[in-house]
This record gives sequence, C-alpha cells and structure tokens, in this order.
Amino acid sequence: MKQPVSERVFEDAFTSTPEPVFPTSKAKPAGGDVYFRWLTAACALVLPLIMIAIGLALAYYSIPALRKFGLSFFFTENWDPVTQQFGAVSSIYGTLMSTLLAMLLAVPLSLAIALFLVELAPPRLSRVVGTMIELLAAIPSIIYGMWGMFIFAPLMARYVQPWLKAFLGWIPGFGLLFQGPPMGLGMLTAGIILGFMVLPFTCAITRDVFQMVPPVVKESAFGLGATTWEVTTKVTIPYGLVGIIGAFFLGLGRALGETMAVTFVIGNSHNVNFGLFYPGNSIASCMANEFAEATELLYVSSLICLGLVLFVITYGVQVVSQMMLKRMYKAWSVGL
Amino acid sequence: MRKFWLSSLALVAGLLVAGPVMAQMSINGAGATFPQPVYGKWAYKYNEAKGVKVNYQGIGSGGGIAQIKAKTVDFGGTDEPQKPDFLQEHGIYQFPTVVGGEVAIFNLKGIHAGQIVLDGPTLAKIFMGEIAKWNDPALKKLNPKVNLPDKDITVVHRSDGSGTTFIFTSYLADVSPEFKSKVGVGKEVKWPGKNSVGAKGNPGVAGQVQNIDGAIGYVEYAYAAQNKIPYADLINKAGKVVKPSLESFGTAAASADWKNAPQGYGIDIINEPGEHSWPIVGATYIMIYKDQPDAAKAKAVLDFFAWAFKDGGGIAKELYYVVLPESVVKMVEADWAKEITSGGKPVWK
Repeated sequence: MKQPVSERVFEDAFTSTPEPVFPTSKAKPAGGDVYFRWLTAACALVLPLIMIAIGLALAYYSIPALRKFGLSFFFTENWDPVTQQFGAVSSIYGTLMSTLLAMLLAVPLSLAIALFLVELAPPRLSRVVGTMIELLAAIPSIIYGMWGMFIFAPLMARYVQPWLKAFLGWIPGFGLLFQGPPMGLGMLTAGIILGFMVLPFTCAITRDVFQMVPPVVKESAFGLGATTWEVTTKVTIPYGLVGIIGAFFLGLGRALGETMAVTFVIGNSHNVNFGLFYPGNSIASCMANEFAEATELLYVSSLICLGLVLFVITYGVQVVSQMMLKRMYKAWSVGL
Repeated sequence: MRKFWLSSLALVAGLLVAGPVMAQMSINGAGATFPQPVYGKWAYKYNEAKGVKVNYQGIGSGGGIAQIKAKTVDFGGTDEPQKPDFLQEHGIYQFPTVVGGEVAIFNLKGIHAGQIVLDGPTLAKIFMGEIAKWNDPALKKLNPKVNLPDKDITVVHRSDGSGTTFIFTSYLADVSPEFKSKVGVGKEVKWPGKNSVGAKGNPGVAGQVQNIDGAIGYVEYAYAAQNKIPYADLINKAGKVVKPSLESFGTAAASADWKNAPQGYGIDIINEPGEHSWPIVGATYIMIYKDQPDAAKAKAVLDFFAWAFKDGGGIAKELYYVVLPESVVKMVEADWAKEITSGGKPVWK
C-alpha cells in the first residue's frame, strides 16, 4: 500500500528525491544475509505447504465416498445417514445461495456507507461510524448466530416474512422466492445475517480505498465543475475499482466458509427449495453439525468430501478474483 | 522492568512448587456430551475425596470412539452402545453408567406443562409431518378437554448428530413401524416433514421451540426441567399416562432386561413395561480396553466408576440423571473382575 499511486497522475507530488533504500556501495553479501534469505524462504514455504497438505488430505479421505457414489455425489439431494446414502446438492446449493443473498445485501450497502463516510459525512461523524464498523468486524460469529436466532429470526417470522409473502409472493415467477413456512429460520435469514457479517469487512476496506484516492484528482474534477455525484461515479469509484472488487471477494470468501452463524439460522435441512423461507443447509454448517457424531467410514468420508468441495469453491473464487484483478489492472492501469 | 522480573520469578517459583502436586494420578476420558455434566461433577467430587484427577472431554460419541481406537484416552464415552462385534474386534469392554429421559416440548399459547397427552404413534406421525395441525382429530381425541388451536405444527429436531436423537428415534421406531421403515434409527436421520427445522444442541432446540408458536421438539428432560419449558405427558406401554420424572426413568431402567443383554449391555430402555415407566429413556456408556497396559491406571479408572455408582447417585439426581439399578451395577462389577486384565492378571478384585 506504500506504493506511490500512479505517478502518471501527479508527478510533481514527489519533487524531493526519495531516500535510497539499498546501500549504494556494492558490499559483498555477508554470511548472515545468505542464511537470512534461506530462513525467510523456508518460512514463506510453510503456507503453500499447509495448503497442499490440507488439499491432499481432504482428497484422500474423500476417496471412499467418491468410490461409492461416484459423480452422483455432486448431483443427488438425498442425505440419509441411516441408510448411508449421501448427496451433496442441498449443501452446495445452500452455500452458494446464502452467499449470493449476502453479497446482494453487502455490496450496495457497503458502497453507500463508504461513500457517505468519505465524501459526505462531517469528519467527526465519519470517525465515529468508522470505528463502530471496525468494532462490528471484531464480533465473533457465534454472537451473530445467537442474535440471529433469538432476536432476528422472530422478527423475520412476525413481520418481514408475512409482509414479503403478501406483497411480493403473488408476482409470477419472482414470487416463488417468497414461499415457505414463515418461521423466521431459513435461507433468507441466513443470507441476511451473512450479509451483516460480511458488511463490516467490505465496508472498512471500501472506505480505505476511497480514502486513498488522492485529493488532487478529486479536486481537479471539482475544479472542472463536476458535481459530487459525477466525481463519485466518474473519479472515485473507477479509481478504486480494483480495490473495491478485492474487498468484495474477501467478503465472498468469508461468506462461503462461515459456519456457526449460518448453522444457527439456516434451519439445517437437507432439501433444495427454491423458496427462500424454507430451511436449508450449507457445506460448513452441515460439517459442523454432523462431524462430531459421525462414526461410519462412509459418513465421515462424505462429510470430508463436502469439505473438499468447499475448498475447491473457495480456491476457485480466489483464483478467479486474482485473474479479474490482474486483467482490470492492465485494462485501466489506474488505481491502487 | 524490575517489577516484571520479580513477578515472573515468583511465577516460576510458584510453578516449581506446584509441580509435584500436579504429578498426582490422572485419568483421561473423552466422548459423548450427554453425560458430560455428571461426569464433570463426579470428577470434581472424586478429586476432592480421593485426590485422583479425572478429565472428561465431551467431544461427541464419534470422537470418543475415535480416541479410544487411537488409544489416546483411558476410557471413551458413547451414547449409542457399540455392537458386540465391534467390541470383540477391538477387545473393548463396554458398560452403562447413567440413565436419562427425554421429553417432547411444545409451544402453544395458554397451554402448560402436563396439560397435553400424547401417545407413541401420534408422536411418530407428528415427527413425520403427517399430523401437521394442532387441532388434528388424533390430537383432539387424546386431549378432549384441551382447547387445541387451529395452528400449524413446526417440528424442531437436532441438526447435530447426537445420542439424544438416537434415543428419540429408537422410541418412535419402536412404536411406529412406518417410522421405522421410512426414517429409521440413528444419531442423525433424514426427517421427512416439510415443516421441520434443525437446531444445534439441546439449547438450540429449546430456543427454537420457544421462538416458534406451535412448535414441538425433543430434548433431554434435564433441559426442559431446568428451563421450565412445557412438555407433554405420554401414554406408556401399559396404557397409562405418565409424567417424566426421575422416578419414572428409574422404574423404566429397572424394568429393562439387563440380564439377557448382549455383550456391552447394548439394550434399549425404550417403551419398558410397568405402569410407572417413562417410555423414552436411554443409557450412556463407557468403553475401556480389556487388556490394560498399566494396571494401576486401569484400577484407577474402575475405582472412579465404582465410587460413582456407590456415592455419585445424589450428584446424578441433582443433574436429572439416574444411576444404574443396583442389580446392574453388581453385574458390571462382576464383569470387571473377569474381563479387565493387565499382563494376564485381573485388575479389579
């Protein structure tokens, strides 16, 4: 983050020559330097090694389930520990659906909040709200889960779900989303709670990104007669776009793997339902629920195979996001 | 800075002094969470009385079985009794320790504990989603005096695999052949009803039932009693209406056919005869290796449970568990003398 932002834009901001970081005289590397390099290299290797080890272990222990069910594991809905039949569709669907709902909530909200804090709010208010958002990020997920189950879910059941059903449920097609027993638990509640959990992260980073847009750039736009709206949409957002998208992918990663809070509010049923009020489950919640008491080899293996799926999904999301970031960076060659 | 050094010196000195005290005999167990409160309390009292430290980690029955297989613990706990062939294969001896009951809790405005009566087949139909309204004729017939509302039933079950679900589904399968073939018995089953939600742990189920108007769920009796959640009375095998209580659990445990139990005492205490027997009762079990590497340690484990059977009944009662009937304790202790050995010699005399 220390990198001078895009010298092309304001070259004269760096009139003083920066102090050289490396010694100018060419000294021979002493023995310590060599050791230090190897030491740091070994430390850096730890992370990829752990990742590979986890991936291999997951794959290895999934073999019994994959051998028994084959690819149908990923395409069947039936999850019955009594008859030892396992299919992952409901968990995969639940993970993706709850994450989608969370991002639908978190993306526009965090953009709006960050813009307000950086561009519009008086500095003092901005500081207070900013600190509160950071505090929100520090709340453990179990608290969100408890709050979601004991406070939020009853509110959903009493007010939000009946209202949604009455006002949106009749629309052909779209209305199907708002079907199911209005008991407060289920996919929609899980998505909203997840959204709340992701929000502080995406919001805090988005705000930082906006703050790093050099004032010179914005002031020039204002100087040319642009309105706040124009500066926001034409300067601030494009300038920080790469950083903002990075923030959302970070939030996405968190939402995909979130366990405890989802377990409390998603309803934990192995069924795929299009209606958002129906209870569902996610990969992480299913594992948290069932791992402790799973004794049969096939059962354990199926649970681990679910873990492998989550591993692959999260990994895929990260790879895609990195590729997107790179491409955007090249295309615009601006921003952070 | 000086203060820091002084205080850390004091800390080190304290640890050195405490060291020898910590070197007392300690035995380790892990497994089922259902008996964890009572094992914990027993361990605390036992340490006070005999100076032996017992650590029990409630990591779940699956964890308990895995840990004992890996020989990382001295004993394992499980809610679902292991089958004789498993015990034979691994050379493990299994015995029950305490018995507990389960109740069906509900949430209906204006209706209190003990005002609703259910029987097994009806309960099974409710949990299969076939009876979906509180004013269903079957429920009305059982409760002619209660004004049952026209309300949807929401079934709340455990989302985490648990011995509680195992015992409850054992009961439903025992009273309803349809439940047995459609759902089956297990620590985690596929609940067929569209109106069912899963919640984590006893607190989760209790919380959910209290949240949703018209909900019904199942929890361990201790949980319902401590939190004053309304529960239903049941009609038992003798056709009598019974209330859940430590006495009715004890009666059920005493009526069970322990004498002809298979190896490992893996019988269910479901739907026992007797006018005062509560129908949904289950035991929790301990597993230890028959061939013990360390005789002193093995004896310490058995000593602990012998003490618990003899002196731990009061503690168990406070926590809403019932210790085994005395006749069963005698059988278990006779087994110890025969089965548990170290270097070919019996450990327990």
